[in-house]
Amino acid sequence: MMLSVILAAAAAAEQGASFTFDWFGFLRAFLSCLSILAGLFFVLAGTLGVLRLPDFYTRLHAAGMTDTLGAELILLGLIIQSGFTQVSLKLLLVAFFLLITSPTATHAIANAAHKAGLAPKLGKYKAPSLDGDAS
Amino acid sequence: MRFAFILAIMMTVTWLTLSGYFIPLILTFGVISIAIVVWMCARMRILDGETVPYLSSLQTVSYFVWLFVEIVKANVQVVKAVLSPDMEVSPTLVKIPINSEVDIAETMFANSITLTPGTVAVDMQPDHILVHALLEEMSAPEDFKEMGERSAWAVGFKAEES
Repeated sequence: MMLSVILAAAAAAEQGASFTFDWFGFLRAFLSCLSILAGLFFVLAGTLGVLRLPDFYTRLHAAGMTDTLGAELILLGLIIQSGFTQVSLKLLLVAFFLLITSPTATHAIANAAHKAGLAPKLGKYKAPSLDGDAS
Repeated sequence: MRFAFILAIMMTVTWLTLSGYFIPLILTFGVISIAIVVWMCARMRILDGETVPYLSSLQTVSYFVWLFVEIVKANVQVVKAVLSPDMEVSPTLVKIPINSEVDIAETMFANSITLTPGTVAVDMQPDHILVHALLEEMSAPEDFKEMGERSAWAVGFKAEES
């Protein structure tokens, strides 16, 4: 997928008379793909964390923050792809609001659970082994 | 007066970013709504450094750069812990003392704690923040101290020494 996007971007920019390879377009497509893929990785890791972690508070870490970084990286990739236009300014605003609202929402959920008296699981935790002999 | 001026400039920038139309009718609407908002803020007497925190924008931007690096570092730690087969985590609750009198500095600090993966601000009290940390080594008080000083500096206030 990545390779085809890069080649398409380079080919679209080379419709001049002579054959020139558009290094700037190539670099831009490459950087934006890299950023979006890194963002996807973090979102995937966050999802796995929600599935694997033991209790509510620890799951909140994975759901709230790892996803935020993933979304920010995806937005960064989109900004690089759209170049210096009005769209990228709007995307920058979206990224900024996400940076403000996401921790606020996470704090609201954590605070609600704390106020309702949900006790966090403390101390060391290890994933149970596949054989089922660990507690 | 100074704050009204800064607020008007910031709202103009936001309006132009979001609309992108430069025809007289839309621009007139923009001028009218900005004037109404500034007038309402002045009438509510909330035109001060807390509602208009743009005087220290440069510091805020440089703080966000520092924070972004911290976020990436902590994220790598969390992802490593989550993806390793054993998944050894050690959830901890710590109380972080705060001594800032200013609401926006407290908000900035608590938001920064929550934004850094591995730590969530659970409860805000007048003299401390209750923080839930995913890994025990993330709950060292010195790191929070540095973050608190930097976040207070970012919104234009100096954290007092306790």
